[in-house]
Amino acid sequence: MDIHEYQAKELLAGFGLPVPRGGVAYSAEQAVYRAAEIGGDRWVVKAQIHAGARGKAGGIRLCTSDVEVRQAARELLGSTLVTVQTGSDGLPVHRVLVEQAVPVDREAYVGLVLDRKRERIVVVAHPHGGMEIEEIAQREPEAILREVIEPAVGMQPFQARELAFGIGIPPGQVNQAVAAILGAYRAFRDLDATMVEINPLVVTKAGHVLVLDVKMSFDDNALFRRPNVAELRDYAQEDPREAEAAEHGLNYVGLDGDIGCIINGAGLAMATMDMIKHAGGEPANFLDIGGGASPDRVAIAFRLVLSDANVRAILVNVFAGINRCDWVAQGVIQAVRENDVRVPLVVRLAGTNVEEGKRMLRDSGLPIITADTLAQAAERVVQARDKARAA
Amino acid sequence: MSILLDERTRVIIQGFTGDKGTFHAKEMIAYGTNVVGGVTPGKGESTHLGKPVFNTVKEAVEATNATATLILVPAPYCADAIMEAADAGIRLIVTITDGVPAQDMMQVKRYLYRYPKERRSIMVGPNGAGVISAGKAMMGIMPGHIYAPGPVGLVTRSGTLGYEAAAQMNALGIGQTTSVGIGGDPINGSSFVDHLALFEKDPETEAVMIIGEIGGPQEADAAMFVKHNMSKPVIGYVAGLTAPKGRRMGHAGAIISAFGDTAAEKAEIMRSAGLIVAASPAELGSTMKEVLARKRSRRVMVPQ
Repeated sequence: MDIHEYQAKELLAGFGLPVPRGGVAYSAEQAVYRAAEIGGDRWVVKAQIHAGARGKAGGIRLCTSDVEVRQAARELLGSTLVTVQTGSDGLPVHRVLVEQAVPVDREAYVGLVLDRKRERIVVVAHPHGGMEIEEIAQREPEAILREVIEPAVGMQPFQARELAFGIGIPPGQVNQAVAAILGAYRAFRDLDATMVEINPLVVTKAGHVLVLDVKMSFDDNALFRRPNVAELRDYAQEDPREAEAAEHGLNYVGLDGDIGCIINGAGLAMATMDMIKHAGGEPANFLDIGGGASPDRVAIAFRLVLSDANVRAILVNVFAGINRCDWVAQGVIQAVRENDVRVPLVVRLAGTNVEEGKRMLRDSGLPIITADTLAQAAERVVQARDKARAA
Repeated sequence: MSILLDERTRVIIQGFTGDKGTFHAKEMIAYGTNVVGGVTPGKGESTHLGKPVFNTVKEAVEATNATATLILVPAPYCADAIMEAADAGIRLIVTITDGVPAQDMMQVKRYLYRYPKERRSIMVGPNGAGVISAGKAMMGIMPGHIYAPGPVGLVTRSGTLGYEAAAQMNALGIGQTTSVGIGGDPINGSSFVDHLALFEKDPETEAVMIIGEIGGPQEADAAMFVKHNMSKPVIGYVAGLTAPKGRRMGHAGAIISAFGDTAAEKAEIMRSAGLIVAASPAELGSTMKEVLARKRSRRVMVPQ
């Protein structure tokens, strides 16, 4: 789960990290009020979306008067911001962060990730802030500093010191930077984060270390024990279909193709989509209805897939393990009868009681195209889509 | 032979008396698994399905000499259950549970390494289908009837895609020694490499199939292991060609976030390391058939 920048800054401030004076605003008036609260004569108004690269897309505005703050907030709020990270649809801006603008002397990158190879938290740092870490990794991988943290003892001050000196923090500010890095590590551990990316961590002209921008992501599997993080979820930043699927314990990811997919198991779902591509089609979605594939899950799955107007054909592929194909067939028949399915439907069942399941589909009188194998299923759904397109 | 598990392996179930534990224990016993009891804290000294129930894994091990455990407890308690099993001296820990926090697994892995190698547990899962030695015993939630004894070792991240692979092979008359579901999480108890090493040593396994997914370094590690340590042919497949960057495809670990995470990149790494990569997920069985046929014809031609 991702959260907004202002939320991440509030969380990190609780772990002692220095963040700029600022506050969130939902309206232009509130933004002006925030600016007055902060004081000074230079502010930044930052669009809050769950994606980076906002600056280049015009989502971050420097303002030198309350008129400009009002103007910036008015333009950003309610707009849709398209950045290189959002995809072509962009993301809606419903909140802005108003902050004091501080003159910066030096920028660096500090990121914490759960490293899958080392199976530990790794802190990554680089003397140049502002760039994407992928970009840095490609351009000058040798300049990236890494500290691997031992889970049992946690991050040690010497590790943070090595990083702080390594990224060129002046000796007078090293202690501030060390406190910030250690605090970020504690936040990562205590909040079950999967990523904390401080980019940039700056030293101001006045000699203060400051978290100027930060992204945080959290482990969905740990939200049950982090209610203060779970409540920060902003559904407006998510695809409504994905949010609805998640509510029902299903996994849906919208894609650009036109063949709707309903499959049990994440691996089989990905493999089925591979097969559709192989047969010359493009999947409209990833949808894992779970190992059980119960009739009510099948019904919700049909609703989700049909709500995508691009879908020209649907493929259901269920490998019944602990459940039975006849039960799955019953769910499919019920879902087709309850939903107005106007696109061709291909169903491939395999596993326990497969013959009974196929017989039920045949006897239902519904125009369901059946398939015996994965290859056949993909071919038939692509053919059906082509026919539907031609019609 | 098989790896990890056979019909003599003494198995307990943690979370024995719950709905899931009961259902899968029955399936496992029906398949021939030597289930010797179970653990549910607070229900010790009772019996369930005709087997003794214990309060702790230590008690269960003392009373039954169990060497393997299947963990079916809910995600919030899973790490604790795994560490309890490791501390009680259980050798094989199979965890089905989906939704275990990644940092819990990070700690579990470090905890397992506190034991010297000769008494360290092998852990399979979490978020996988379990382990089955075809025709002998199963610890997991897979449909036992789709596996048949034969010469292939199978290791997959995904449950249902593993079933698909087994079914494709069985349709062509090819069975399995053991099938292992290592799970779809970012941090697994054991990796492709751990099981490849076991299959390489198993005299009955003639060829191995590994089926990976987008995300994480495991498939590339497996490819390097095959290149340097395996004499048996290994067939590979990586699911997720159509997955966009940065989107989680169901499994917690199935996300493209770094260089080398995509299906195409992993397949290429496998190919360059000498694995035979199936052209599509519909050709898992047929690719294995060709590989076995080639291997056998070679064996006939080269006198020992």
